Amino acid sequence: MRPDLEIIQQWVQPGHHVLDLGCGNGTLLDFLQRERGATGFGLEINPDHITTCMAKGVSVIEQNLDTQGLDNFDDGMFDVVLMTQALQAVRRPDKVIEEMLRVGREGIVTFPNFAHWRLRWGLALSGRMPESDALPYKWYNTPNIRLCTFKDFEALCRQKGIRIKSRRVVDGQHQNSWLARLWPNLLGEIAIYRITRENP
Amino acid sequence: MPDSLPSDSVGLVSPQTVHFDTPIELACGQTLDSYDLVVETYGTLNPEASNAVLICHALSGHHHAAGYHSMDDKKPGWWDSCIGPGKPIDTNRFFVVSLNNLGGCHGSTGPNSTNPATGKPYGPDFPVITVADWVKSQACLADRLGIEQWAAVVGGSLGGMQALQWSLDYPDRLRHSVVIASTPRLSAQNIAFNEVARQAITSDREFHDGRYYDFDTVPRRGLMLARMVGHITYLSDASMGEKFGRELREEAYKFGFDAEFQVESYLRYQGERFSESFDANTYLLMTRALDYFDPAYSAGGDLAKALAPASCEYLVLSFSTDWRFSPERSEEMVNAMISARKKVSYAEIDAPWGHDAFLIPTPRYTDIFTAYMDRAAREVGV
Repeated sequence: MRPDLEIIQQWVQPGHHVLDLGCGNGTLLDFLQRERGATGFGLEINPDHITTCMAKGVSVIEQNLDTQGLDNFDDGMFDVVLMTQALQAVRRPDKVIEEMLRVGREGIVTFPNFAHWRLRWGLALSGRMPESDALPYKWYNTPNIRLCTFKDFEALCRQKGIRIKSRRVVDGQHQNSWLARLWPNLLGEIAIYRITRENP
Repeated sequence: MPDSLPSDSVGLVSPQTVHFDTPIELACGQTLDSYDLVVETYGTLNPEASNAVLICHALSGHHHAAGYHSMDDKKPGWWDSCIGPGKPIDTNRFFVVSLNNLGGCHGSTGPNSTNPATGKPYGPDFPVITVADWVKSQACLADRLGIEQWAAVVGGSLGGMQALQWSLDYPDRLRHSVVIASTPRLSAQNIAFNEVARQAITSDREFHDGRYYDFDTVPRRGLMLARMVGHITYLSDASMGEKFGRELREEAYKFGFDAEFQVESYLRYQGERFSESFDANTYLLMTRALDYFDPAYSAGGDLAKALAPASCEYLVLSFSTDWRFSPERSEEMVNAMISARKKVSYAEIDAPWGHDAFLIPTPRYTDIFTAYMDRAAREVGV
């Protein structure tokens, strides 16, 4: 299993009701259902992914976060709301995060770090929009319209009064490295944040 | 007619009549002491009786859902696109049961059956049937066939309402409820269209207060008009536009009121054909069953609360251009299921054919339906 998913699954307890925003082909939810005894839904807009989820037995709702939001979900109905590698692709990440913590007690968010040294270096040297394993697109066809750095994300959380329960940083291969732990905003490629509005 | 039957067809099938002697109490307070249901089955029931799928039909549907009755048939059953070997409801794996509902006019006990009390057709004396009554009679049929639990109950439109009702009335007796192009309740506009259809029938001089059988006639014009109105609501503006546009049957306007536009002659043809094969009293009953359907009513209008007893998984599908039961109506249902913490999957399928899209095998519809039913089959080991 991918190390980032390995980390996430440790934060989901048996019986947890989980919402996965942009659940893709349902790999994570399928794992959480079978191995962690969790229940829940995935939201997805890609038709092929939706079909794959249904074949797996992952409950999936065709719903576009940008246009439909999460209005159809009740306050606090989920224990955990997940969003892996999709925050940078929504139109209003700030609103999505607020909604995550309205419908769920806890949010788990992963996204690529735009301040990773290789991206900084690429932009500084070549003067072209950076590309990497975590960001393999061209500037004109990228679905990633809201790129940010770890520092940006943490500033947003502070501004909204959201508490960061923990943060793990991994490299492009989703491996944990001590260097990334030392200088995350420079050396970490992908961050996994666990956020909440609840007090410790 | 086909010279040879397609390899993905269930082939030649024949309906059978199942007789019930145990009285059935209906929502209206009346009781039917005995009744018949006409049934077709496709595929084989496994020894555990766990692979059965119930097909619920829509307003004008019946038991003949797949295959052919004879080599002379022009068309196969009404849902042949989705039922057969290798099709979404795969008859190599599932035992499929399809019936004509109570009150129908294709062989099951209905207004045109003989009322044992009078020796004449029931006509208007046939009790008004609800979706819950149908589900109850279908449960009796399941008992008779030795099916304790359906692998899935599946239906489109009014059929989807039955699939939903099953999950509330007999939660332990189905694993999956597949609700396609349906709605949790009719809107005022839906009821209004039904009322126009009913008025067309009841105001026909040949209707004779529903006792037209005694006069050896049928309210053909009324039934034809009812079908024409209904048919318009099954299609989308775009699909009618594409099929007929403003095309004329002849080159120039004739400055009269005959069917000059293609769409007019199409509707007349559809209406006439329907009026020859459908019973007017059944049409009244079916539209009333639609009007009355509202499972949230008994829960104070709260559908999520009404869904509390359900334990099956749901698949809900809607079609982008369906304005009779639009995607929003399906989403209403899905949201209530989410609130009630039921397992539900939902997709809105892009298709230009309006409400009728649930009968037409578009690639995405077929893919999703196949993927979902495949898992339902694997779950019961077939």
